[in-house]
Amino acid sequence: MAVDAGPGATVGGHLARPSGAGGQLRRLARSPWRIVVGAVALVLAAMLVHLFVTSSSLQWGVVGSYLTSSEILLGLWRTLYLTALAMVIGVVGGTVLALMRLSTSLVLRTTASAYLWLFRGTPLLVQILFWFNIASFVPRLSLGVPFGPSFVSAGTNSLVTTLVAAILALGLNEAAYMAEIVRAGILSVDRGQTEAAQSLGMTRRLAFRRIVVPQAMRVIIPPTGNQTIGMLKGTALVSVISLPELLYSVQLIYAKNFETIPLLVVASLWYLIVTSVLSVGQHFLERKFGRGRTGGSFNQPNRVWTRGLGRRVEPYLGDAL
Amino acid sequence: MSGAPSGVAARPPILVVEDLRKCFGPNEVLSGVSFEVDAGQVLCLIGPSGSGKSTLLRCVNFLEEPTAGRIFVDGEQIGRREENGRSVELRATELARQRSAIGMVFQSFNLFPHLTALENVMEAPVHVKREPRAEVEERARRLLDRVGLADRADYYPMQLSGGQQQRVAIARALAMRPKLMLFDEPTSALDPEIVGEVLEVMRLLAGDGMTMVVVTHEMAFAREVGDRVIFMDGGVIVESGEPARVLRDPQHERTRQFLARFS
Ligand SMILES: Nc1ncnc2c1ncn2[C@@H]1O[C@H](COP(=O)(O)OP(=O)(O)OP(=O)(O)O)[C@@H](O)[C@H]1O
Ligand SMILES: [Mg+2]
Repeated sequence: MAVDAGPGATVGGHLARPSGAGGQLRRLARSPWRIVVGAVALVLAAMLVHLFVTSSSLQWGVVGSYLTSSEILLGLWRTLYLTALAMVIGVVGGTVLALMRLSTSLVLRTTASAYLWLFRGTPLLVQILFWFNIASFVPRLSLGVPFGPSFVSAGTNSLVTTLVAAILALGLNEAAYMAEIVRAGILSVDRGQTEAAQSLGMTRRLAFRRIVVPQAMRVIIPPTGNQTIGMLKGTALVSVISLPELLYSVQLIYAKNFETIPLLVVASLWYLIVTSVLSVGQHFLERKFGRGRTGGSFNQPNRVWTRGLGRRVEPYLGDAL
Repeated sequence: MSGAPSGVAARPPILVVEDLRKCFGPNEVLSGVSFEVDAGQVLCLIGPSGSGKSTLLRCVNFLEEPTAGRIFVDGEQIGRREENGRSVELRATELARQRSAIGMVFQSFNLFPHLTALENVMEAPVHVKREPRAEVEERARRLLDRVGLADRADYYPMQLSGGQQQRVAIARALAMRPKLMLFDEPTSALDPEIVGEVLEVMRLLAGDGMTMVVVTHEMAFAREVGDRVIFMDGGVIVESGEPARVLRDPQHERTRQFLARFS
């Protein structure tokens, strides 16, 4: 029996794209303006490459010697773990905020909305500076009964180091954006899915975990990948509080030897390398969570190992019930 | 109609609905509906759009909470419990257990799109009842075979036609070994030429002795498979009885008008 996809069935990006390279060339030939635009773009690209290769301020030898130097690699390492930690805080915090916004409790909903309003309404740079200078605002942090006795207490400066300030600033800001992404993901799952799960005897919790979350992931992952790539570049902002991540490490070096452009190229190359790797990872995650939705395998079962099963002629249902 | 869930008959009815009322805000959708369904019976619910058929089915497994009235499945009250003479709401886990014995088939299938047909059928037995996976898989394959989809076990819902999806949905509900199956217009979203394959599965299921409540516009199915037909309008039962009689010789004007549209 042929599988009936129906005329309106979209099967993911791969199949939806109408024609291959041949068709594109043919269409190109039909429109002279496209040739002009293409030619201009090619010339500009050639000029850019020429500039990079021949520019006297861009000495590739300097770039090469610094690309894997220990200061740069240490800065890169800091950039990577800042990104990772901030994203962990962002995703966990964002999920909590999203669930708060979707809850039936007015208090939880309002609290979450206020958080979003605050953290999305002020520049990240300001938030970084704020966390860095938190000690002058809240000199001591203590753990105990509010307005009552405290059990542990410490100077804010000793707890909120530059690194902690950077992680908090980036992570808490990210949580506000992730909250919207997670919320959109959860809302994208049809209510009928939860109802079907409940009618099978699942509690709301189980239905959420087994049925809603895996489907929401399909919507959540692509923008989260973008956020991660954005975060990787956003960590450069914490150079303002002298945290020697990739950019600040580079700045420290060119402040001494004045090889500004080659060193900025070194930083850029590393940012490009890591974002490329992240993009590839994102692609695989999307494939995993796009299960049942993406093209490619359309009309083809994933594993064809049921072919041999013959049809039995038993009383309907019989012992199955 | 006796109110007590445990009647004097040798086998008490599987489903008892007692004076069911449901309001959405000021809008009363069900205004006192009572009926019973005996074990192995097929009850067909017919009626115009908006008459409350879906709401009635959804109340039976508490997807909607009734405003008033009681529902018993196999003698057990659904969603509520009498405690010291007061009626209290059941805990979520209790309600979930009750629902697991009531199969529901939706107009829009509602298969889980991220799971294959086989995984859809296995999901609840494995994760709700915690039955051994191997055992469940064997049963699931048998059920898929019986709805004619043995060769589609590893397809995702998106890769199946509407009729195939609905048959998987029926197998999914059956995998929980329900005492009662509810169908809400199971063929309304299907192209006319594939309605038959789903009705055929339901017909076989009825022949196998499953107790079923079917909301449908398929009058031929109601006549041939139904043991009883209830015609609803405006949130009340207007007329009920043997399908042959109700469909051929309706006693009420409203039933006549409604049925006239199908001939
Ligand atoms: N969640 C809801 N909130 C408010 N009103 C609702 C809700 N669900 C149903 N209704 C209303 O209740 C009435 C009965 O709806 P119901 O879906 O039970 O009718 P139906 O008999 O199944 O109709 P159809 O044949 O079109 O499916 C309608 O007027 C509908 O607008
Ligand atoms: Mg309906």
